[in-house]
Amino acid sequence: MSQLSHHDDNNEDYPLVIKTENANTVLQLLRAINFSEMATVIGSPEGLRVVVEEGKCIQASAFLQSQMFQEYHSQDDVVTFKINLNVLVECLNIFGGSSLPGVAPSLKMCYGGYGSPLSLVLEEASVLTDCNIRTQEADDTLEFNFCNTSVVNKIVMRSECLRDIFSEFDYNCCGVPVLEILTSPDPPYFRLSTISNMSTSDTDIPKDSDMIETFSCTKTMRQRYKLALLRPSIKPLTIAQKVLLRTDERGILCLQFMVKMEDNHICFVEFFCCPEEEEEIE
Amino acid sequence: MKFRGKMVDITCIKQFSNIVSTVARLSKICVLRITKEHVYFIIHESGAVESSPGLWAELDQGHFFNEFHVEGVSQEDNQIFLELEPDKLSKTLNSFKTAQPAPRSLKVKLTRKHSPCLTLEVELPSLSVHARTVVHDVPVTLIPRRQWHVYQEPEMPQFDSSVYLPPLRQIKHVVDRMKTLSQHITFSANRRGTLIISVSTDVVDVSTHFKNLSVPVWGDDNDTGGTHSATVDIKKLGLLLQGSQINPTKVICNIVANRMVHMFLLHDDVTLQYFLPAATNT
Repeated sequence: MSQLSHHDDNNEDYPLVIKTENANTVLQLLRAINFSEMATVIGSPEGLRVVVEEGKCIQASAFLQSQMFQEYHSQDDVVTFKINLNVLVECLNIFGGSSLPGVAPSLKMCYGGYGSPLSLVLEEASVLTDCNIRTQEADDTLEFNFCNTSVVNKIVMRSECLRDIFSEFDYNCCGVPVLEILTSPDPPYFRLSTISNMSTSDTDIPKDSDMIETFSCTKTMRQRYKLALLRPSIKPLTIAQKVLLRTDERGILCLQFMVKMEDNHICFVEFFCCPEEEEEIE
Repeated sequence: MKFRGKMVDITCIKQFSNIVSTVARLSKICVLRITKEHVYFIIHESGAVESSPGLWAELDQGHFFNEFHVEGVSQEDNQIFLELEPDKLSKTLNSFKTAQPAPRSLKVKLTRKHSPCLTLEVELPSLSVHARTVVHDVPVTLIPRRQWHVYQEPEMPQFDSSVYLPPLRQIKHVVDRMKTLSQHITFSANRRGTLIISVSTDVVDVSTHFKNLSVPVWGDDNDTGGTHSATVDIKKLGLLLQGSQINPTKVICNIVANRMVHMFLLHDDVTLQYFLPAATNT
């Protein structure tokens, strides 16, 4: 991507300027993580990370690499701000998100720095929409310290597999239903069990299933997660092609979704979830 | 007082039914005015600007009815005013709209059963010689002559700006998104064919600009050239756009600065006027 073109514009004054011919890719990714109202946006020269959290237990983040955009201009230091994601999504969708391929509004997004609004200019079929969304000071985002070295079990699979299982759960079941994820080098290898007051149900996925691409488990891990907390992961599952499921020694679940966009760019959405406390498990 | 009419063409029956369902979406009660030449649906909103109606729909009798006979109160006042619940009429008509095979004819009559009724008689195709007829009665209330003045034809408001709207579908998408952001929407237009629809809240300002729209030519030039705007209730506008199954050939939007938005939906045989009073004087 030529970075020379931005010299023509007066964009130098802005800490963050983004241009793309297809606003729908941004919309699609942001929608996938829109389970909570507020989002933290972190802009760096590598790209834009949008982080959504709820209850200090779950975090989802979408990473929009700078290569995704026709123009991406960010000052060297990192810019962060908090924004109403619901409003941002509505603004990006202002033209109704035509389902026809090739018909998409172009987008220019500017952020003027601390205290200034996020400005969007969308254009489709010579109709122009201006949006100015107020920003807030960013809070610290949760740091899960999830590093590759502490990962014990790792499974790469096609996203349909988890999507079908996750969408069939009864999230409104009586009590507080939990999902137990068992990953192990020994049989049953990979088992998802839902446990509620009234019932438990197990789903086993054989490790040589077509759905599973890579299976590397070194230790038997059995962790419980509140079903309600996992529910927001359905949205990214529906748009992703592949999903990487990892658990580390502390039992934190990390789902990484690989999303192939219309323009063949690959984007990643990450989803972290804390396990239920050990003592609750009988 | 007598009225009877007969529709034969299925497209006319469908069109009539679409108009009635549009009316039904907008209000619980409407007034049906029948004259020799036209049939009118009128929604009167109390407290509206200059006591104008909310909706004034004018249907050319000759287009819809193959047979049409009306006898009013007297020779001089050869017209009938009825009050009815458009929802009831709409439900009845909708059942014929989708009926397979299509009905042969639809007769509409003013009858006196236990109370005054608008009777709809539908003749369905039958294999035997005996016709199959379905009769629906929609109760109506006759409006006495002393109240007629309330439902007189509205005068064209003294508007400040006037433009032809882009396709309603396009407007609808934008308005639907804006509806989630704010309760009020501002229409601004000038005589150069620019229409700006915008919302403004604590969180976000969004404005969509439509350029190079056609400008209707009105006899007297009362457009001063500037941009004029009026802010209206977005839900009411949404109802109008949602219910517009009439596919008008042209839509004119007239703006009375700070007082009213007047929509004029033109169709070969139907004209619909919609009066949206300004919500706030800004």
